[in-house]
Amino acid sequence: MEFHSPTSFAEASALAAKATGITRFLAGGTDVLVQLRSDLVTPDTLIDIKKIDGVGKITCNADGSWTLGVAVTGAEMSEHPELGRDWPGLVEAMDLIGSTQVQGRATLAGNLCNGSPAADSVPAMVAAGVTMTVTGEDGTREVAVEDIPTGPGKTSLAKGEVVSAVNIPARGDNGGDAYLRFIPRTEMDIAVVGVGVNLRLDGDTITEARVSLGAVAPTVLLVDACAEAIIGSTLDDAALDALAAAASAACNPIDDKRGTITFRTEVAGVLAKRAAKIAYARAKGEDL
Amino acid sequence: MSKLHVSTTVNGDAVEYLCDPRETLLDCLRDKLNLTGAKEGCGTGDCGACSVTVDGRLVCSCLMLGAEAEGKQIETVEGIADGDVLHPLQKKMIEYAALQCGICTPGILVAAKSLLEKNPNPTEEETRYWLAGNLCRCTGYDKIIRAVMDTAAELREAS
Repeated sequence: MEFHSPTSFAEASALAAKATGITRFLAGGTDVLVQLRSDLVTPDTLIDIKKIDGVGKITCNADGSWTLGVAVTGAEMSEHPELGRDWPGLVEAMDLIGSTQVQGRATLAGNLCNGSPAADSVPAMVAAGVTMTVTGEDGTREVAVEDIPTGPGKTSLAKGEVVSAVNIPARGDNGGDAYLRFIPRTEMDIAVVGVGVNLRLDGDTITEARVSLGAVAPTVLLVDACAEAIIGSTLDDAALDALAAAASAACNPIDDKRGTITFRTEVAGVLAKRAAKIAYARAKGEDL
Repeated sequence: MSKLHVSTTVNGDAVEYLCDPRETLLDCLRDKLNLTGAKEGCGTGDCGACSVTVDGRLVCSCLMLGAEAEGKQIETVEGIADGDVLHPLQKKMIEYAALQCGICTPGILVAAKSLLEKNPNPTEEETRYWLAGNLCRCTGYDKIIRAVMDTAAELREAS
């Protein structure tokens, strides 16, 4: 296995482009090293991106949007005094992943590129409208989070492409987000169902919404029908029921040891309602 | 060149080693630096027996490569006592009999010390969540939690 620590994303991309065999980028390593040590994925080339300038920075831009370096850890997100005030759902989703030790290393970009349909931060990022800056041989492009996973363990990134920044939109006025997941324990488990909701209000009426489901399909889903069910409403019971029905209808899950198809489909609707209520309360300025 | 040369700092001492790119920090600590306090329980970041801090951040040393330690400040369980004088956490772990087989203990000590440095007055719930990544199959955790809470109280009184 070759190990590289490039000092720029252009160099990282060039190394990946000319590498043969299996290439992995190393940020927090909480998936890459587990796969390496369990002989699931043994990279021929491992490219540590943590020597690149700025990868550990959390920046609030002049327009209120946020740029996170790709090696920013879950712990750093949770400790940041402002980020969680703008995007509590996103920060809480990341914080649900693993132990204190895992939080000290795990990253948003890693959670995304690992390609798990059950990745907790991904539905929250999709709901928030997060994009990734991707650096390839021909320069950079900006890709919506929902366009990156293509199936379990698979992404749309081409050979030589590396995620080089995480872009979180400005929160703006009267907005709120939330992420909830179901696990059979209280901590340290993989989502059986995850739901991210992000919405904006005009008075009491929802004017914008994005709803995302995790662990109920081969990829995390952005469900337009869920958003349509609540946009224009005050999140009354009829809107909540329509939201739950749309969420359940969007599910295409598997049966496995963590949950059945029937259970996941039912719970997706329940969690969508609960997450929407939290996001709505946050949009109203309530501190939840 | 097949091996990587790494210069790092462990418990305040400058150290160097040569490692294979696949070797973890845990492998390097145990096999190259003879610091065998950190244990390999699971090797996949679930059990926390290999806990160390890197630049003040609690991590599993089995989920970090030896090569990534270049230029870092690493603290292990071997650095917790001051010579022959045990750290208050170590004393309380003994006092409360908060260990049986002892495999998890180094990781618990490193993790608990990291908690108390960050939060000198944790609630029991905060302590249990912080230590959720340190598995112990002997004690049932209660003695560990009580030892950590009592150490926190003692350190607060002393400061």
